Amino acid sequence: MDIGLSETQQLIRNSAREFLEENCDTQYVRAMEEDEVGHTEELWDQIAELGWLGLTVPEEYGGAGMTFSELAVLLEETGAAMLPGPFFSTAVIGAEALKLAGSDEQKTELLAKLATGKLKMALAFHEKAAAWAPESVSEMTATQTDDGWILNGEKRFVQDGAASDMLIVAARTGEDPKSGITLFLVENDNSNVESRELKTTGSDRMSVMSFGEVSVPKGAVLGEVNGGWPILEKLFQYGAAGKCAEMAGAGQKLLDNTVDYVQNRVQFGRPIGSFQAIQHHAADMAIEVQAGRQLARQAAWFLGEGLDATRQVALAKAYLSEAYPRICATAHQCHGAIGFTHEYDLHLWTRRSTGQRLAFGDTKLHQETLARSVGL
Amino acid sequence: MRYAFTAEEEEFRSEVRGWLGEQLPDGWNGINEDSEEGWRLNREMRTKLAGKGWLTLAWPPEYGGGGASFMKQVVFNEEMAYARCPGIDGSAIKMLGPTLMIHGSEEQRRTLLPPVARGEVEWCQGYSEPDSGSDLASLQLRVDETDDGWVVNGSKIWTSNAHRADWIFFLGRTNQDAPKHRGISFFVADMRTPGIEVRPIVNMAGDHHFNQTIFEDVQLPKDALVGERDRGWYIGATLLDFERSGVQYSANGRRILGELARFAKEQIGADGRPVAEDSLVRNRFAELDVDIECARLVAYEVAWMQSVGQVPNKEASASKILGTQLMQKLAKFGTELGGMYGMLGPGSEFAPIDGKYPKMQLTALSSTIAAGTTEINKGIIATRGLGLPRG
Repeated sequence: MDIGLSETQQLIRNSAREFLEENCDTQYVRAMEEDEVGHTEELWDQIAELGWLGLTVPEEYGGAGMTFSELAVLLEETGAAMLPGPFFSTAVIGAEALKLAGSDEQKTELLAKLATGKLKMALAFHEKAAAWAPESVSEMTATQTDDGWILNGEKRFVQDGAASDMLIVAARTGEDPKSGITLFLVENDNSNVESRELKTTGSDRMSVMSFGEVSVPKGAVLGEVNGGWPILEKLFQYGAAGKCAEMAGAGQKLLDNTVDYVQNRVQFGRPIGSFQAIQHHAADMAIEVQAGRQLARQAAWFLGEGLDATRQVALAKAYLSEAYPRICATAHQCHGAIGFTHEYDLHLWTRRSTGQRLAFGDTKLHQETLARSVGL
Repeated sequence: MRYAFTAEEEEFRSEVRGWLGEQLPDGWNGINEDSEEGWRLNREMRTKLAGKGWLTLAWPPEYGGGGASFMKQVVFNEEMAYARCPGIDGSAIKMLGPTLMIHGSEEQRRTLLPPVARGEVEWCQGYSEPDSGSDLASLQLRVDETDDGWVVNGSKIWTSNAHRADWIFFLGRTNQDAPKHRGISFFVADMRTPGIEVRPIVNMAGDHHFNQTIFEDVQLPKDALVGERDRGWYIGATLLDFERSGVQYSANGRRILGELARFAKEQIGADGRPVAEDSLVRNRFAELDVDIECARLVAYEVAWMQSVGQVPNKEASASKILGTQLMQKLAKFGTELGGMYGMLGPGSEFAPIDGKYPKMQLTALSSTIAAGTTEINKGIIATRGLGLPRG
């Protein structure tokens, strides 16, 4: 048991924090909320240069070859800074998908591009049911032809779909819920792929993507035909653990901001942070941040070590999906009226918390995993 | 970052688990340690544990300890709690020992610690007073210096196990004029010293655990003082951080959740199906599973900080809050699972799981109060941990 960060991990954390303070302040985050694309190529190129995109990409494919633990340390910081752009979709989902299921050819070609910032990726999974379950892939079909496949259908909640160069599309290729799903790598510049924005309250960059007679070559299949679900299940674990790291980092940031605020806000002739009512709110936040960070890091470590992380991921996501929105709410309560204005930054985190708690399984889904794992 | 124990630690865990399995009766499910039978078993197991060198596992060998790492101690504590094995004198092993290692004289360490390591003595703690609870630094027990020692007058309260203790460590006021935190000293005393009287306080569950301990013209030798005179508050504060760290809550909680899961699968609800299939029940199990894991990892963090030489205080307070609130939640849930039968206590006809959980609801009430209330610990997190101004 070693709760501390390694030297490398500390270095990642410190340099990320410094870089993000410099290049990704809340003014930038706000500007990107209004921006059509949602990120700047300048910042994207910089994070590629820093090696963030290929952090867990093996060295033979041009990455840094680190484990998911290191990526999670970085995600705590990008979560705190609310880094705009398809970083999560690319460095977590895209990279892990290619590592898990890519052919040698796909890995050689795509991972190298991904690690150098030349390939932004996104996952197109959900349809009408929008559950993190195989039933969500229902109407999207892939029909085999002599030289490839034809894709038809519509996907919802495609995170970073519009900004991506390549989509991982889950399509139905068989009737069995689990063993009838195939994953395809689809170029986003195809004229038969259309995207429209889903307006979330958290500026989450979610798209509806429609695919009309989109033909892709044989080599576009990711993994085995009808073998998509086990890959997705694993990807959802990485996604959930990654979201937990984001929430843990953002929770710490909200705690720091709140402590700072209540030390300086004076009412009744004293800083409000001297009142027990406020101190207990701050202590509650601190406890939840501490516990949440441990759960998030444990989940990331299990994944990084290649262990079965089903329980650890469920524990972390079931906790943080509840605790993080609570941390946001307590931060608001301590900030009083200024906290709910558009002018003040606090809402930037709060608005994102809904998407984070729902991503890769909400509380209920992970609780059911836990109920089974304790023997029910 | 590594969220697993080493192979050596896991091996030790198996050894402890195997040994405890041999020592405890088949189907052992714990015992009320406040009962006479519980106390007898406590002493018996204490002697056996001392014989294995496990009683004071993490103490240095020169004082009878095993010189083990903090993490090995964590593993041992988890197994003891999970096995519901009695025998640990928490006051002496977790609090007095570490305190004397830092603040005691070599002579005090050599005379007081080995009997603890051999499992021969029971210690109790004299901190609270009738008029000094959460505001501990206002304590009034008076200790005056004489030519050949000290004379003590006053009263301590909530002294756990004082009626069974051979020794007491306590805080007393040695300077009436200094600011309240700076006039307190840390002492040890033999409970057989004339003038010490123990009066029982029976709790709402009917158990005798707490006492009031009266000191009337108690004469103590010079070496009853630990550390510097008037510096006892700071000594006592380090001791509380030791007291507040703890993996026993989560290990105990894990055992309880397993017990409740088995019960929920066997218990048939009014709809004719096991209550384990009820989605609200499943939700509660999952919530408690998460609570247990939070308490476990935060307790590990405290032990890890100690292992690398850091002093956990906000972390120890968080661990204490999480662990004690967990006990209360589990007691409440265990009671609720029984439906109407949930009100039946130990010994009653029809009582589910021996009526353990409604009784635990009563005893667990003290956990968020003893050793610093939840509110006091939140204050510590806010002021010492987060740097907020004192009110």
